[in-house]
Amino acid sequence: MEIVRPQSHRNLFSSNDAVSVPSLPLYRSAPPLEVRLEDFESFAIDRLRVLKGISDGLSRGKKPEEMEKLVKELWKVNMRHQHASEVLNKDIISHFVLRLVYCRTEDLRKWFLSMECALFRYRFRFLTPEAQRAVMDNFDLTCRAVNNVEFESIKEKLGQVARSMGQPSPTVDAIFYKVPFEEVPELVAGRKVFISQGYAYVAMNQVVSLVATLFRSQLSKTLILTNRKWTSSIREQEKHRLTPIVEALSSSYLGPDFSQPREYAEISLKDIDQVAKSSFPLCMRHLFDKLKEDHHLKHGGRMQLGLFLKGVGLNLEDALAFWRAEFSKKVGLEKFEKDYSYNIRHNYGKEGKRTDYTPYSCQKIISSTPGAGDQHGCPYRHFSEENLRAALSRMGVNSRAMEDVMDKVRNRHYQLACTLTFEALHGMTCDAGINHPNQYFSDSQKILQPKKDSSAQNLVTARE
Amino acid sequence: MDFQVGIVSEGVEDVSVISDCVMVGIFSKLEWEETDWPQGLDIQGEIFFLSSCHHTCTSSLYSFFIHFSSCKSSSIFIQMIPQQESDFDHNYLKPYYGKLFPFADIFKWMTYGHDGKHPGCDQSYFGRREFSFTLKGDFYLRFQSFNNALELENSIKEKCPLKIDIGPVYTVDPAKRHAYAQGDNNVFAPVERELIFDIDMTDYDDVRYCCRGADVCLNCWPLMTIAIKVIDTSLRDDFGFKHILWVYSGRRGVHCWVCDGKARRLTNEQRASIADYYRVYKGNENSHKKVSLMGAALHPFLATSYTNVLKDYFEKILLTSQNLLATEERYEKILSMIPDESIASELRGKWQDSRRSSSAKEDINVVRWEQCKQLLQSGKHKAQGLRRCVEEIVFFFTYPRLDMEVSKHMNHLLKAPFCVHPKTGRVCVPIDPNQCDEFDPTTVPTLFQLLEELNNEGLRADVNGEWNGTSLGNAITLFRSSFLEPLQKACKEEIERSYNLKLQQSKNSVGW
Repeated sequence: MEIVRPQSHRNLFSSNDAVSVPSLPLYRSAPPLEVRLEDFESFAIDRLRVLKGISDGLSRGKKPEEMEKLVKELWKVNMRHQHASEVLNKDIISHFVLRLVYCRTEDLRKWFLSMECALFRYRFRFLTPEAQRAVMDNFDLTCRAVNNVEFESIKEKLGQVARSMGQPSPTVDAIFYKVPFEEVPELVAGRKVFISQGYAYVAMNQVVSLVATLFRSQLSKTLILTNRKWTSSIREQEKHRLTPIVEALSSSYLGPDFSQPREYAEISLKDIDQVAKSSFPLCMRHLFDKLKEDHHLKHGGRMQLGLFLKGVGLNLEDALAFWRAEFSKKVGLEKFEKDYSYNIRHNYGKEGKRTDYTPYSCQKIISSTPGAGDQHGCPYRHFSEENLRAALSRMGVNSRAMEDVMDKVRNRHYQLACTLTFEALHGMTCDAGINHPNQYFSDSQKILQPKKDSSAQNLVTARE
Repeated sequence: MDFQVGIVSEGVEDVSVISDCVMVGIFSKLEWEETDWPQGLDIQGEIFFLSSCHHTCTSSLYSFFIHFSSCKSSSIFIQMIPQQESDFDHNYLKPYYGKLFPFADIFKWMTYGHDGKHPGCDQSYFGRREFSFTLKGDFYLRFQSFNNALELENSIKEKCPLKIDIGPVYTVDPAKRHAYAQGDNNVFAPVERELIFDIDMTDYDDVRYCCRGADVCLNCWPLMTIAIKVIDTSLRDDFGFKHILWVYSGRRGVHCWVCDGKARRLTNEQRASIADYYRVYKGNENSHKKVSLMGAALHPFLATSYTNVLKDYFEKILLTSQNLLATEERYEKILSMIPDESIASELRGKWQDSRRSSSAKEDINVVRWEQCKQLLQSGKHKAQGLRRCVEEIVFFFTYPRLDMEVSKHMNHLLKAPFCVHPKTGRVCVPIDPNQCDEFDPTTVPTLFQLLEELNNEGLRADVNGEWNGTSLGNAITLFRSSFLEPLQKACKEEIERSYNLKLQQSKNSVGW
């Protein structure tokens, strides 16, 4: 891509192809285009709006059908162009610019990869069958269709798989693709494919998953390469032109991750019992209560609660005292020091590779899989209805709010259920919606403990 | 030697019954005979020597059981605690590592053919593998690495670890990791790691009545047998893996190592997908239905497992050995899994009375299960969720429960085979999946036993290693013939193949 000055309007790319077949670019290589500097930034921002919209939708637990509509809308609104022929160019250019922006750290790469893959996946579904096949050709997939002989030999098993998902058995003209199981991890995980001798048999309506995985692994590799190129040459070369734009683009879009404790929320050991009752979201309240009751939590629970407490401002020393006080009642002081204190210090970045771990977001907690003996996870998702009702009434949710909450749960809107709980308990609306347990906590504290500092602040300014 | 009598709380429970015996103490035979029993301890009945299950061999001592003839429950587990510290590692691990631990075999395994004998060998491979040692006093040494077999052997003999764990193969020698793990671009990362599974009996505590927690016995061990059969078959038939090693964990479970090249190179996401493929039991005390088999049919993997393994083990073994329907408490548990209240009541009605009328011939559990199945499968009551109820019950009581976290991450450490479990003294021996029905955890050789055998036979210079004359011999032979040798052959072939391919490619690129 060649970046040109604002005055020039030249465009070398032939526009005819773009109109006839609405296609899905695979972004394999930067095309020979000239881009105006102002478009460089604005295209990227438009695409970023799409990706951010997807991210929001996912974290609010939107169902696939809702996400499909959302993506369609976001794309239509943000990615159009006055010249219809330019739409494809904008798509490609914006992707490549964002690649530069988001290749630079592990976290940025992870986020970009997730959002681009989600975007790709939904756009793929909108394509016509011909267009879909064109994409599959690009990934060398069409040659892996199962022939009739093989189909006959596994027809019964394929039928079993279909019926296990509530779908009808495949007909004789159904197309299946035989691919190494490694290429369809989601389908394997959900037992949605027949697997034999290391190969998964993917139905036509599951091809999205396959193509998405291939797209993802391709993009993942290129991001690393782009990062290397950025660090070794581009950043320096472009330091007066593109680099400042690139660096400005990424900062505001990921949202707070609560790795630094907020101002209102520094709590100490003596406060915990009190704030647990008033400001902990249900998931943390449950873990907290279980810990007090059993004087023990399994690993998943220790991580979820421990990192949350770090996020609310509990320092390492107080954290150690807190866990020690509980655990030593069950396993004794010595065993606590031996087996558990290391992990707590590890969470604060004081051991091992010294990563300062960030508290889990709702999305992460909802998608966890608590097993036997575990207490972590999202109660709105993981508890049975009766257990959830009991837990909510213990928290003080009244019966009318309870019904609204349970209704959300039945529709699998777990974060909205939590938001309603918050609203019921605090008597105030929470417009932003709950995305993170620490957000619940800090919002709660803001309501329950109005600024005590502001008076001191006023004093200072008055004196000046 | 002074003894204290106290109540032991090992982990969670502080009362424990091991069948009808109460373990009274750990001390040597001579000491037993000479001991002045503490007052207040009422001992009746015969004294048995150490027999099958439940003994710890942490020092040069025997465990004794005392059979309380009419005592069934609320027995107290009393452990006599000798005053001196255990000499487990010094007197026992040292000679074990000195004469019995199969260093050469572990080394051959871990090199995966990269022994330097072929030009295609990667000389750095073994040196990039992480080992970790747990030493006495609970010191934990991570990121140990070795360049050759001798270094590995010397380090273990010198340090005498209580436990040896094996980690992944990294991009570089773990000892040099600090030089590479800088900032954001982490060049120190795992590149290869066996696909591993850990199955632990404690995860089955809600479906076994004979034991709890760390205990295992021959009545609940079939749960492990089932797990081995189901998973082993699937790993081979479904995923196409060939080089699979099953190992007894030394106390209450089994480990599985899948060593094919393809398995070692799986990403975390792919490992997680396989673990999820195997996941059926979901939830815990907070959630409701734990096994939920929806859909008009079962996935072929579940169907095969049910037909070939689960059904028979449930009906022919576990029903009876665990007395799953014999008492009200137990049959209520199963009745609670039936979503149709009318069926549950009907069965309850039948069973509440039958205490008196049951025929002595057929086992009550079998009879009741037949009645249960008949009602559920008759099609008479067509309620929702009833279709797979029978299977759900069987799956709940039998289907393998894996520890997901162990399998999902490449950097998870796992105990090496042939370690000795410090609490039981048993060696972590391989289990032949084709003969796993016959595996008996209570007869696995213990450290003490092996050293006695060595002492009794006298020192023998044996070309194959001293283990040959001992009970460990079978275990090592099994390891070699059914696992190591085929693996090595396959590895060599792979190395040769990829070497030839590289040669071919470089020839092609040299063109005019």
